[in-house]
Amino acid sequence: MSLKAASLSRVQTIPAMPPSTLPGSPGSLLSIGDLKLEGISEILARANELEREDPLKRSQRLAKRRIALLFYESSTRTRTSFELAAKGLGADTTLVSSLSSSIEKGETLKDTGLTLRALGAEAIILRHPSSGAPWLLERETGLPVLNAGDGMHEHPSQALLDLRTILAHLRPSVEAVAADTLAGVTVAITGDILHSRVARSNMLLLPSLGARVILCGPKELLPEVATQAGPGIEIERDFTRALQQSHVVMMLRIQAERLAGLQLDLEEYKGRYQLTESRLASSAPQALVMHPGPIIRGLELTGEVADGPQSLILEQVHHGVAIRMALVLRALNARLRKDVSA
Amino acid sequence: MSTVLIRGGHLIDPAAGVDGLRDVVLKDGKVAEVTEHGKTSLAKAKASSDLQIIDAKGLTVAPGLVDIHVHLREPGQGHKETIATGTAAAAAGGFTSVAAMPNTTPTNDTPEVTRWMQAPERNASVRVFPIGAATRAIKGEVLNDYAALKAAGVVAVTDDGHPILKDGIMREVLINATRHGLSVIQHAEDTRLTGGCSMNAGPTAFRMGLRGMPPEAEYGLVERDIRLVTELSMNGKGDKNGHRPHLHVAHTSTAQAVAAVRQARRNGLRVTCEVAPHHFLLTEEHVGAYNTNAKMNPPLRSAADRDAMIQGILDGVVDAIATDHAPHAAFEKEVEFERAPNGITGLESALGLSLRWLHDEWKLPLGRVLSLLSAQPAALLALKGRGTLTVGSFADVMIFDPKHEWIFHAKDSRSKSKNTPFDGWTMRGKVHWTISEGRVVYKSGL
Repeated sequence: MSLKAASLSRVQTIPAMPPSTLPGSPGSLLSIGDLKLEGISEILARANELEREDPLKRSQRLAKRRIALLFYESSTRTRTSFELAAKGLGADTTLVSSLSSSIEKGETLKDTGLTLRALGAEAIILRHPSSGAPWLLERETGLPVLNAGDGMHEHPSQALLDLRTILAHLRPSVEAVAADTLAGVTVAITGDILHSRVARSNMLLLPSLGARVILCGPKELLPEVATQAGPGIEIERDFTRALQQSHVVMMLRIQAERLAGLQLDLEEYKGRYQLTESRLASSAPQALVMHPGPIIRGLELTGEVADGPQSLILEQVHHGVAIRMALVLRALNARLRKDVSA
Repeated sequence: MSTVLIRGGHLIDPAAGVDGLRDVVLKDGKVAEVTEHGKTSLAKAKASSDLQIIDAKGLTVAPGLVDIHVHLREPGQGHKETIATGTAAAAAGGFTSVAAMPNTTPTNDTPEVTRWMQAPERNASVRVFPIGAATRAIKGEVLNDYAALKAAGVVAVTDDGHPILKDGIMREVLINATRHGLSVIQHAEDTRLTGGCSMNAGPTAFRMGLRGMPPEAEYGLVERDIRLVTELSMNGKGDKNGHRPHLHVAHTSTAQAVAAVRQARRNGLRVTCEVAPHHFLLTEEHVGAYNTNAKMNPPLRSAADRDAMIQGILDGVVDAIATDHAPHAAFEKEVEFERAPNGITGLESALGLSLRWLHDEWKLPLGRVLSLLSAQPAALLALKGRGTLTVGSFADVMIFDPKHEWIFHAKDSRSKSKNTPFDGWTMRGKVHWTISEGRVVYKSGL
């Protein structure tokens, strides 16, 4: 008996898994893919508004509201900027990190989340080494969750602050983004793509605004399947050719903590992919140089490039506070709307 | 033991080639008579304390189903499932025979554990056939005593969940199992390629930031095992007693593994395989928002792999549908996807899904579906008198309405655990009665 092709075409009638039994919290930001262009525009506009606002007035917006930062991985930029963002809006914040908390004693993410909710937290900002952990936390607590980096998966607030940085330089007059806002812009993301949540969020976000994304790196750190993550993604393994086409060069750190036994020849890596002054001068003299941090000087880029005139690395950090103020406000306002309507 | 007369039903007994109106008499735990409607020796009898009469008019009578791959979790993991709850779930799903995997605590390495699992104190609703651990503590190093295990009742050996990687050990396992007339079941996974992985390798895993198990981890080991079986089959002559090794590939999930089994069979080898309902229905996309009830090992694969499972079932390469029923407590699954244990329950949804999809959608005849769920798996593990209702067989019967559509709700499951991705799915075919060795062990609330 042979199977006719026609009968197999019906396979698509198999029901898809319901994504979750609970509707996601409207204030959450778990994946950059959850945001439509309109939502991105709102966040960017709100970030501008909050940045310009009188600090005293701004601190009334979430006065004494409670926000928990739950960090299972170390962080400097993301944690501090989320904390400053929440405090800038007047909220009380509390930091729980995996060391020096009951997480060390074996308390689960679910129970930690429920405990924070019982303590009055109205939103949780989560960084976690497991991809997908923010979905679990949202499902179990019902609170808005801001994904501050989950494993190798996503880092949506970083992608938004990267976008804000790019727009400030390449599209300074743009107020609301559209599908063609970044048309004609090529962004090369270079380095340890495989382990990078920043790369995943950016490779989904930037093409949705019309940018072309080139991924660059060795096979061990950049599998061919990466191009299938979404539309508008290409691979160029030759760094020079990638640089020559790019308006923005995003460098990534090799994530030693996630290599899982993978052996890399760092000297060879540097020879092929390190961003140096001479490479920059010869192949991309006008390009904007970005890096989500932490940077390892002398590895993925030289100190001269990091400190050089094309570098936007610290500007990115600066944009992070405004973007995260907008996200924190969005998280708690959405909750307010939900409570009122309930 | 009382006598049971099942009257007026439509009997489908694929192994016996029966498909028509029949009455069936069950006596002393065996099938005593199978006749045209109204022609049994009890045709004029009335129900009494010694005679139970089941009116099966409008229903289909079939051999009780046989699941050769379940995890009943006892001894040692009673918070997930017990033999009592797992076999109650089996009965509700129409199963009357289940083969229980040895990865318990302790593992089923000894006749003591094998006998403990079959003891009346376990309160099993249906017949439990223990599968022995192929190697001590399923570590893949030292072979267990197959003669002793077989005498205690094991029907096959496996290190399920912990594949036997060393060629030399697998070879010894095949030789010794063959000598004792036991099948070898392999969970085919080259764990050297799957460390830290929690779903199928590919674009979906990349996008979700999860490390992926490559398909070659499965088919590579299947091909290795087939090479060993080829060598040990001695051109069909078998060992000095003429016994040929039987390799059974558990929960096949990749197109290439099915292809390897297909080729092995063409070469005349005794190589069989099973497919679980989730592997012929779901794909890696069903992992969705990191749903831990869509996490199992082998993982949900690509659409092409899923289609190959359907193809293999339809064209007959696949010998059995087996559930890989793997209960886990809610708290164990309510964790980060990468940390969640592998496995889903399956005993109460296997028939409903098979009929809804294999029969309704892909037009596999009802008798073929039932055969894949009873006669074929029984034959595969040589479970004598199971999977058929010829006179003298065990009185293992499922009486069901193959047309009845219903919704499966995990919360209503008899299993101690509710970890299923099929919660809320439409099922086809409602079990009304399940009879194990002449005892009614399940009766629907209809």
